[in-house]
Amino acid sequence: MKQRSQPPRLVVRFFRWFCHPALLDSIEGDLMELYYERVEEKGRHKANINFIMDVILLFRPGIIRPSEGYQKVNQYGMIKSYLKVGWRNLLRNKGYSIINIGGLSMGITVAILIGLWVHDELNFNKFHKNYDSIAKVYRNNTFSDYVGTNVFSITGLGTLLRSEYGEYFKQVAMVRGSEDRRVIQFGENRFTQRGYLMQSGGPAMLTLDMLHGTYQAFTDKNTILISASLADKLFGDEDPLNQVIQMDSKYDLNVVGVYRDLPKNTEFNDATYFAPLELYFGGNMDMNVWDNYNVFIYVQLQPGYTFEGVSEIIKDAMLPHVDERTAETNPELFLLPMSEWHLNSEFENGVQVTSSKMQSVWYFSIIGGFVLLLACINFMNLSTARSERRAKEVGIRKSIGSVRSQLVYQFFSESLMVALISFVVAIVWVQMLLPSFNTIADKHIVLPWGSVSFWGVGLGITFLTGILAGSYPALYLSSFNPVKVLKGTFKVGNFASAPRRVLVVLQFCISVILIVGTGIVYQQMMYGKDRPVGYTREGLISLRLGAYENRGDLETLRNELKATGMVSEIGEANYQVTSTLGWNDDFRWRDRDEDLSGLSFNTIYVTNGYAKTVGLEFVAGRDFSPDFSTDGQGMIINETAAKNLGVENPVGETIIWNRNGQGYPYTILGVVKDMVKGSPFAKTDPSMLFLSTRSLEYLYIRIHPEVSTHEALPLINKTFTALMPAVPFDYTFADDDYNLKFRSEERIGILAAIFSVLAIVISCLGLLGLASFTAAQRTKEIGIRKVLGASVSQIWGLLCKEFVFLVILACMIALPLGYVFMSSWLENYEYRTSISWYVFVISGVVALVITLVTVSFQAIKAGISNPVKSLRAD
Amino acid sequence: MKKYQLGEFEEIVMLTVAVLYNQAYGVSIKKEIEVRLKRNVSVGALQTALKRLEDKGYLKSREGDTSEERAGRPKKYFLITALGKRAMQHTKSTRDDLWNAIPKVAWNSKMVIASL
Repeated sequence: MKQRSQPPRLVVRFFRWFCHPALLDSIEGDLMELYYERVEEKGRHKANINFIMDVILLFRPGIIRPSEGYQKVNQYGMIKSYLKVGWRNLLRNKGYSIINIGGLSMGITVAILIGLWVHDELNFNKFHKNYDSIAKVYRNNTFSDYVGTNVFSITGLGTLLRSEYGEYFKQVAMVRGSEDRRVIQFGENRFTQRGYLMQSGGPAMLTLDMLHGTYQAFTDKNTILISASLADKLFGDEDPLNQVIQMDSKYDLNVVGVYRDLPKNTEFNDATYFAPLELYFGGNMDMNVWDNYNVFIYVQLQPGYTFEGVSEIIKDAMLPHVDERTAETNPELFLLPMSEWHLNSEFENGVQVTSSKMQSVWYFSIIGGFVLLLACINFMNLSTARSERRAKEVGIRKSIGSVRSQLVYQFFSESLMVALISFVVAIVWVQMLLPSFNTIADKHIVLPWGSVSFWGVGLGITFLTGILAGSYPALYLSSFNPVKVLKGTFKVGNFASAPRRVLVVLQFCISVILIVGTGIVYQQMMYGKDRPVGYTREGLISLRLGAYENRGDLETLRNELKATGMVSEIGEANYQVTSTLGWNDDFRWRDRDEDLSGLSFNTIYVTNGYAKTVGLEFVAGRDFSPDFSTDGQGMIINETAAKNLGVENPVGETIIWNRNGQGYPYTILGVVKDMVKGSPFAKTDPSMLFLSTRSLEYLYIRIHPEVSTHEALPLINKTFTALMPAVPFDYTFADDDYNLKFRSEERIGILAAIFSVLAIVISCLGLLGLASFTAAQRTKEIGIRKVLGASVSQIWGLLCKEFVFLVILACMIALPLGYVFMSSWLENYEYRTSISWYVFVISGVVALVITLVTVSFQAIKAGISNPVKSLRAD
Repeated sequence: MKKYQLGEFEEIVMLTVAVLYNQAYGVSIKKEIEVRLKRNVSVGALQTALKRLEDKGYLKSREGDTSEERAGRPKKYFLITALGKRAMQHTKSTRDDLWNAIPKVAWNSKMVIASL
């Protein structure tokens, strides 16, 4: 063959480089054919030029290879196929799918709810813009045998911090050291409102979100800031700015600003107003008192200072100013940053300890994790149980060239798909359940639709769940030997069902522990509720009277109310019977030698009739009586106080109380049973009751035991309003006040109950799936047994035996664990129930019964099926 | 009607492929057009059009034989698909409709317009 002339090599290479590979061969063929022709016709030179022109004209879109490569190198197609197969599998086994998705979405719902709750707890107070620089002043006092940590401060200290240590603080603001309830009045609108009495720097420090006015105007003692909700209540559509409102019918205050209500998860969330602190001291401007601990001091640091550094500097600030007795306890100041107020403000012997709130955060996080784990276990269990059905599919896939990693991907993508569907379902559930969840948990949580991190974490957890739940089937199913599977000799042996059994045991362990927990929380709550409280809560109402000016004559009120026939007695006290406020020390015996220093008592002033109204039970001596004019120098103590005083028979003894450097003698007139005023689970406090002739802040009314409450209240209201027009009849029942003390236990109880029910439901769903699978797997065996004469109950026993055994095993593990957990939980309470054996028996029986019911459904179905049908197939 | 889109050059290529029935490949199509229509066709324009028509589904292709003239490269033969045929017929019928719709007088009105 003769040597042909060739086109320029460089141009050919250029063409091969840019041309779309799919077109390259045929076009190059065309070009060559034309080239050779032209060489013949026009000569080599012209042919070369034509060739170059052709190649240049070919350099155009459509012919040039795409930059990302012309073949699709991704695996979209394969993934699409996986999802399609997965979807068809879901549709084919609708029962399994519902159990799977239902269980998993339940688990995810619980996890999301708990996650939101924990997030809310951890972000407490973050609303405030100065979150990172605000702190509260705390104090450690060293006593002979312990270190006491206290947050109540004295006004002298706040003033000192402001004047002497001003360089470290941007703001120092003192706030009245207890909840402030006042009657706020505008025209005819009159409400008892909660708020705070605060120095002028406070609102700026808290960066209130002002809707009208500014907080800079809040400087004068005749000004007030009110919340938007209160403004709405008082003024409606009127402009609230510069209106004058009355507080306790005594102070006229000018509204200089309206702020948006603070979010629920802030320290001051219940503040409907901020009024000047001076009002607390009756308009007295002297903020330099060194012996009355009645304020909290909030500070905001100047930039550049740390809490630790400033704590170190102000440590001994109080020492030069306090009296000798206090100085002996070496009061040591420190700052507690805002980030720690909510979850880390419990101290024991001067050292920060894990608070009960922090513990709840941990408990609930753990429970949430466990419930999610239960759901994952379910998923794994059901998938592995179904593995045999899909064994053939795996065999065929492997035979026609699928490699193991592809099968792993296939099962992972299926489980991810299920997890994703569950996540979507869970979001719907969360949205539906949030309102009731908020009620139980006393929160205002909303689903953060717009938060990237929420979706990130949510989808991340879903992804993780999918991977976790899908890991076992993916790794296990893909390991099948195709020859064995297709030949039919493949059997999922004991090895395969062993992990499944372990998972069932684990599931039921968690469930049983939760049942035990619920039982014991409930038992403890009932124990607290049944505790003798030392007074009669039923039929007792109380209300706050407010300023002296609007209190009428107690005797007239008593007579008028009694005259209605609805009231058996009334009395007044300076603190509520359900509160533990009012502590004093510095007592000594007049005629005895025993040392009383270091003993402090809950001191309450009451009027005549109080003991009878509240229902105090006397064990010795007598009540105050108007018949004895000397009762003003008398006192009533409770049993704990008597015990602390260490005297066998205290009635008739006299104690001297040192106040403002002067000693006042009081003779013990009577001893009453202990009153549960604080936590119903704590020891009762030693109390002393003193008689007051003046009207006091809280009025107690005992409704006549023979009349019904709804009958009595309107009449009482009428009489009361006629005599005390300035006081709104905003009464509360002592019973309700007392029950508020159980709120946190009730909350834990309800949540624990809900979670245990969910855990059990999820476990049962899993069990149901497993049982039906087992029954299906043993269809032939059951058929043969029936032909040979087995009865339905024998078949039932056969199928139940395995599961009952597993649940009993789970109980044996879970019950001791539950005992250990709950004993340590009860350690938190001073007044605690003893754990009774029947809680464990009931928990075990409940678990067993639920198992039997769940499994029996399938077992009986298998037992009554016609053996002809099951055996006919072969 | 967006349904059948056929550009002028594309239509010529389609028609040529039809004319060459079973023998239509790059070089033969190019030559046929050059001979019949007396216009130059670059390999680039032709190949782009062919590819576009194939993507639209009007043409289908098969690998053909090879020869020494093509330096061992296979020919790519094109055939008209059913869809392609419909597209061609559609184009033709719309043209015919338009032709038929022209009133006789139109051919004489040129002068009228010119005089305006």
